Amino acid sequence: MDITGSTTGQLLDAMQDGTVSAVDVTQAYLDEISAHGETIGAFLSVNSEGSLAQAAEVDRKRSAGEALGKLAGLPVAVKDNICTKGLSTTCASRMLENFVPPYDAHVTTQLQSADAVIIGKANLDEFAMGSSTENSALKVTRNPWNTDHAPGGSSGGSAAAVGARLAPLGIGSDTGGSIRQPASFCGVVGMKPTYGRVSRYGLVAFASSLDQIGPFATDVTGTARLLESIAGYDARDSTSVDQPVPNYSATVDQPLEGLRVGVVSEFFGDGIDSDVDSSVRAAIDVYRSLGAEVSEVSLPHTKYAVATYYLIACSEASSNLARYDGVHYGRRAEQFENMIDMYAASRAEGFGPEVKRRIMLGVFALSEGYSDQYYLKALKVRRLIRNDFDTALENVDVLAGPTCPTPAFKIGELVDDPLQMYLSDICTISANLAGIPGVSVPAGFSSNALPIGLQLLAGPFEEEKLLRAARMFERETDWHTKRPTFS
Amino acid sequence: MLSPEDVQKVATLARLKLSEEELEQIGQQLGGILDYVAVLDEVDVSEVEPMAHVADVSNAFRADETRPSLPREKSLSNAPKTDGKYFLVPQILENA
Repeated sequence: MDITGSTTGQLLDAMQDGTVSAVDVTQAYLDEISAHGETIGAFLSVNSEGSLAQAAEVDRKRSAGEALGKLAGLPVAVKDNICTKGLSTTCASRMLENFVPPYDAHVTTQLQSADAVIIGKANLDEFAMGSSTENSALKVTRNPWNTDHAPGGSSGGSAAAVGARLAPLGIGSDTGGSIRQPASFCGVVGMKPTYGRVSRYGLVAFASSLDQIGPFATDVTGTARLLESIAGYDARDSTSVDQPVPNYSATVDQPLEGLRVGVVSEFFGDGIDSDVDSSVRAAIDVYRSLGAEVSEVSLPHTKYAVATYYLIACSEASSNLARYDGVHYGRRAEQFENMIDMYAASRAEGFGPEVKRRIMLGVFALSEGYSDQYYLKALKVRRLIRNDFDTALENVDVLAGPTCPTPAFKIGELVDDPLQMYLSDICTISANLAGIPGVSVPAGFSSNALPIGLQLLAGPFEEEKLLRAARMFERETDWHTKRPTFS
Repeated sequence: MLSPEDVQKVATLARLKLSEEELEQIGQQLGGILDYVAVLDEVDVSEVEPMAHVADVSNAFRADETRPSLPREKSLSNAPKTDGKYFLVPQILENA
């Protein structure tokens, strides 16, 4: 059996009927990581011994006839800003290079109770701030489809791991597109759930009103299965929403009758790559051919989303990252003059350029004399952006457009131009501002053989509808079955 | 545009000890970003309430009862400097 070429459904079936053991599956992925891990650079740490022990425990439970969780024996690449007790959690930052969490994130506990195998911790932009994973202070991650190109970000390690078949499943976090954009760049499925759907307890905070944890998989069904395993109420996250979690994987194959698709005109604006434009329009034609009612819709405040997002996200980040003071955990400078200087020197040593830039912007936007003009103004425009979605979704079930205006850019191409990098998030960030779910599914390739993603968005807590709509497209196409070749 | 003094003031508030070079570079980049976000000035928000949060959740209270918490040694396990009982910081009172 070609283990690493299988979908999560095929792997579960093969483990269930005894064709392979959970240890076989984990070992096959560990072998792939040994062979190609450094080419791709997806992982900051590989949990070799721990993952084999978790897999052996799954095999033991199975042979003893004990109940098994929904992800039994499936390896998962977990973004390294999610706490894993006893396994280093660095946020790809010098600040937390030696941090070993004394507790598990809620998501980690959920994965363990579903009998998943945590195979390693995946690279990211430092503290999840970035769109290319180039802001990692610890490692370069490469796009499995072309190693000169970036994997996207900030969850670039998780996306590249799944894209390169170094793990069948991945966990990321999405503050402005950090799951959907790398999924699009790496040719996999990635989903940002509704704000509040998945507990953020143990996710290292970047922008608390925008951050949301979500799944990666090679297909929509795997995504559904991972989401239903991690979603749900958790009292330890005060923004966690107490709503039942549907059995997404049970309904994902049911097409939606009379589906209404709204094509967001603003997502096809200036700067869209012609291959992306034609692939996404072809994807929308697939819905037409399935009998969906397709119409154009407008989100008129889209042009303000990037500015609104960066003011809010950086303001929240400047507050959240105040905790890195060189006292309780993290780096402390060797040389300093006094207490205040110790804070400032430790933070200057521990944080990279993008993190410093965002803290500076956030502190400025919140500072006396400027907060009304910047932060408060952004909060008001945020409401207008949310209102746009509420209006658009009155008449359609899902919104459709590209995940990103371009395929993966080259490593180094945008790194010196922060504003241009921010603008690459134009199609994804408004969903975070509005708190709604979104998914990116593989929808073609550019002329230079880089993946292109179709993005679908829906109203709050409509993940079930979103996944079913995504699966309708996936079953008509074979983009998700394509695999990169790399050496 | 931000003056070098403005940038230094923000760095001080942010508790970031930046080099001259960093101050200049970040100052320029912040200037560019602030020019860009000025696009929001064209939006009329006079009748709009700010939206700090999208979740329809407020005042998530829990019962006020004691529960297990991290033991001291685990709490201190990542500390840069500790004596085994406390987090150690530089002296903050002179002549103490």
